[in-house]
Amino acid sequence: MLEAVPRFPISVKVNGKAYQLEVEPRLLLVDLLREELDLTGTHIGCDTSFCGACTVLLHGSSVKSCTVFAVQADGGEILTVEGLEKDGVLNALQQAFAEHHGLQCGYCTPGVLISGYQLLSTNSKPSENEIRKAIAGNTCRCTGYQNIIKAITSAAGKVS
Amino acid sequence: MYPRAFRYYRAKSLQEATALLAELRTDAKVLAGGQSLIPLMKLRLSNPSNLVDLGFVPKLAYIEKESSRGNVLFGPMTRHAEIAASTVSREIPILHDCAAGIADVQIRNMGTIGGSLAEADPTGDWAPVLLTLSAKLRLVGTRGERWISLPAFITDAFTTVLAADELISEVSIPVPPARSGGAYIALKRCAQVYASASVAVQLEMQDNSTCKRAHIRLGAIGLTPTEVAEAETELRGKEVSNQNIGRAAEAASATAQPQSDMRGSADYKRHVVGALTRQALQVALRRSRGESVEVSHQYA
Repeated sequence: MLEAVPRFPISVKVNGKAYQLEVEPRLLLVDLLREELDLTGTHIGCDTSFCGACTVLLHGSSVKSCTVFAVQADGGEILTVEGLEKDGVLNALQQAFAEHHGLQCGYCTPGVLISGYQLLSTNSKPSENEIRKAIAGNTCRCTGYQNIIKAITSAAGKVS
Repeated sequence: MYPRAFRYYRAKSLQEATALLAELRTDAKVLAGGQSLIPLMKLRLSNPSNLVDLGFVPKLAYIEKESSRGNVLFGPMTRHAEIAASTVSREIPILHDCAAGIADVQIRNMGTIGGSLAEADPTGDWAPVLLTLSAKLRLVGTRGERWISLPAFITDAFTTVLAADELISEVSIPVPPARSGGAYIALKRCAQVYASASVAVQLEMQDNSTCKRAHIRLGAIGLTPTEVAEAETELRGKEVSNQNIGRAAEAASATAQPQSDMRGSADYKRHVVGALTRQALQVALRRSRGESVEVSHQYA
């Protein structure tokens, strides 16, 4: 067995706020967010790179934060579900999820919102097929996909 | 889930990475995108004491067309998503078929072409595709560089010729000649899982209907990408008619020696190989004539 391994200094910007920390190399990005920064909006679902509940944006691209080491995110800008609302006003996509009943138990929602947000940030008029492909890495265990697709469709063109 | 504790080394250059690997010997792993390695470490199927991260080495992610020799060059840390979105993958659509269908959006944003090739997972998508494109790899180690063809690089399941101090520093493919068309189709249960079978084909045509050369490789069927010379023979020098496509598909299916597992029985996989070969050849033929046809991974 190894003796204690040295911690590694990292700096990240999460939802616009800068943090400097020293982390264990094996710390996963999702645990950095939840355990160190108290940002528990990002969920751990399967913890095996499958379900996408832990999806966040890193450098503007969606990643599964259970499959990224915190040290890999060093110097990066991260957006989590907490960063979608601005001054207490829900993002248009979040509002659409409320209006179209785009969540049932809500466990997958933080990840689905980030995947939907990334899609709509780059494509203001996605086809249903494009939406389905964009959320293929997100599993809704309640199987509420129809309303998720309706919600993303209705928010198209409104997400900034 | 936590991996076992490890020492983390962040390389600033490939030279530094190879020197670190030479010093650490076999108890080290190279971290590229981490999309296979991190799950393996979390499940403690892989327990390296040391990790050498290439993620902060500058200029390892690129897609370039060589002006002089007509090759396309990929940096080893180029993400699947970058390849899917590139101009080159519009010009050589088999690259798009592969890159845009690997796993899901999130994995494609992190996973790299070099990582995928170095892992040599039998179900990996890049190897069969790049084999039909006659890819070469540049390897760098503490004793210098060497070029190696992809068939010589992969020796077994999860096994390559990479020495303990060596890394893939570039992937090179020749631009397919005029009147060429390729296609790659993988069949899987859903985005995140391994394919039950995949087929990569590359046709080089003499004219609109006669095939000069055919390259066909199967993925996820054997320990390494499967050659199907019999299927290629059904097409080489012949008209790419529906009948000959059918014969090639039957030959591919007969050559395949899949094993029954959770991704399907051997009979099912053989049937899938035949169907995918037929479909991929039809798409490749249309593309060789300049038609734009979209295919990618399919879900069953």
